[in-house]
Amino acid sequence: MSFIPGQPVSAVVQRIEIHKLWDGDNLILGFSIGGGIDQDPSQNPFSEDKADKGIYVTRVSKGGPAEVAGLRLGDKIMQVNGWDMTMVTHDQARKKLTKKNEDVVRLLVTRRSLEDAVRQSMMQH
Amino acid sequence: RERSRDRHKSRSKESSRSEKSVTINAPPAEPLLGDQSVRGEEVQDDNWGETTTAVTGTSEHSLSQEDIVRISKDLDDSVGLDCKRYLNVALSVILGLVVFLTPLAFLILPHLLWPDRLRACGTACEGLFISVAFKLLILLLAVWALFFRPPRAGLPRIFVFRALLATLVLLFVLSYWLFYGVRILDSQDEDYQGIVQYAVSLVDALLFIHYLAIVLLELRQLQPFFSLCVTRSTDGATQHYNLGQLSIQRAAVVILENYYKDFPVHNPALLTASKSRAAKHLAGLKVYNVDGPGENNAAAGIAQSQSRAMIAAAARRRDSSHNELYYEEAEHERRVRKRRARLVVAVEEAFTHIRRMQEEEQKKAPGDVMDPREAAQAIFPSMARALQKYLRTTRQQHLHSMESIQQHLAFSITNNMTPKAFLESYLTTGPTLQYGKDRWLARQWTLISEASVTSGLKDGSVFLLKCIDFSLVVTTKKIPYIQLAEEFIDPKSHKFMLRLQSETSV
Repeated sequence: MSFIPGQPVSAVVQRIEIHKLWDGDNLILGFSIGGGIDQDPSQNPFSEDKADKGIYVTRVSKGGPAEVAGLRLGDKIMQVNGWDMTMVTHDQARKKLTKKNEDVVRLLVTRRSLEDAVRQSMMQH
Repeated sequence: RERSRDRHKSRSKESSRSEKSVTINAPPAEPLLGDQSVRGEEVQDDNWGETTTAVTGTSEHSLSQEDIVRISKDLDDSVGLDCKRYLNVALSVILGLVVFLTPLAFLILPHLLWPDRLRACGTACEGLFISVAFKLLILLLAVWALFFRPPRAGLPRIFVFRALLATLVLLFVLSYWLFYGVRILDSQDEDYQGIVQYAVSLVDALLFIHYLAIVLLELRQLQPFFSLCVTRSTDGATQHYNLGQLSIQRAAVVILENYYKDFPVHNPALLTASKSRAAKHLAGLKVYNVDGPGENNAAAGIAQSQSRAMIAAAARRRDSSHNELYYEEAEHERRVRKRRARLVVAVEEAFTHIRRMQEEEQKKAPGDVMDPREAAQAIFPSMARALQKYLRTTRQQHLHSMESIQQHLAFSITNNMTPKAFLESYLTTGPTLQYGKDRWLARQWTLISEASVTSGLKDGSVFLLKCIDFSLVVTTKKIPYIQLAEEFIDPKSHKFMLRLQSETSV
């Protein structure tokens, strides 16, 4: 998950499929996001590289669709339904997640533990 | 095809030359000669004697027709203007004397005419004498300061405000004399103090009229009211000036005074390129009416078809001439830059040959000592050729004579200028004042205006200032009325905060 500006990013990602839930009038996913290219990256408690302006999961509501699908606190969202989330503003990310005509969002998320797991498995062989 | 184009060029140049000298257009039987002269310098200027003979240094001795016109006009105008000026000075001096001597006359006449009947002058009266004396002195100095300055310009019509003021003063003094003559001289009044007070009141009123003169003549036009846009007709150089409420002739004087310092000098040699292009457009297509003035309808039909053919041919021709212009200009640019580089190097090298002598050295070795003029003459030949070539490429060679260049070089050496400072007046065209007096043509200006020249400037008034070769077109615009609003910002209201991570729940 090394982030060098101007270089392509390579990361180990996990596919997560969240089915939206009807809460009254709204479709909710059950988590909160923070970050974006228009935000201050040094305030991000979850990022390893404090210059990383990506979208991070800052809260996962208990028992919500996101927790059920496997989203964890501190995950960095790389893609939503094929749309890139590494270079978007906060509002653009929110819009891509809360499209009213979509029932399902397919996320690609990355976290530190994934990389560690992959490295361990490579070292074993 | 290139040869025919060159032949057209040489033919058009010969026709423009024939305006000045009477020669019969020889048919281009020797195209070789025409080609050479065209390829040598890209455009021949009108003083063709300079470029075809191998003369280094500008030839100031050739008089063109314009010079002759200029000289004859000079002789005519100098006589007329001086007459007007002397008349003005004479009138104003007479008026000044009359005005100045009137209070004194008021005071002295009773003593001369009826000295025995006059009541003695008390202390208050004598105090008034002192005040009359000092007020007259102040009035004299003030009039000298305001009116007795050398005139800046000769205007075509009278200066309206001055004439009005002179009339006012005259009427005023005459009415005072009338009153004095009727009530005091005729009745031989004994009250001398009253007479002295009367004289004092005259001097006071004259001081107030002088104040009025200052306001009308000097102060009223200080506040800018109009913005004038001045454009030169030959090359479009434009400047803007802010003036107050002036009459058209006074505004013209102000504009001309600024013209000499703001506009780059008028260089007719720079205009020949566009003139030759225009001549080429006209010269290329000649329409001959072969049928003769016979049937009207047929002639009209032929004329229409001919004009259509001309326009079509001109449209086709235009495709090539813009291309020509582009490459010509690029080539010229390159050539100017190359010559400029050579010139800068030559001048820098020349300046290293001389060195300023210190005081001690002057006493020690009085052998090879030169004064600035000799030093300039010593280093001039090494840079002369590069400078001459550069001036010729930028078509400034008629603006600088060898004498003036050497003078400028001596001046630069005396004042410790660097080579770059010396060259600056040759690399950029300066304002007209920078060049010799014969370029100024200060007596040749004509004011052409539809409105009367003594009427004031108005929004949208247009007038022309014509010189011999060019004219300045002046348009007036009123400066907009500015409505300024106020906004108060409390200095304590400047507060900042860090951009925090915003969290959105989805």
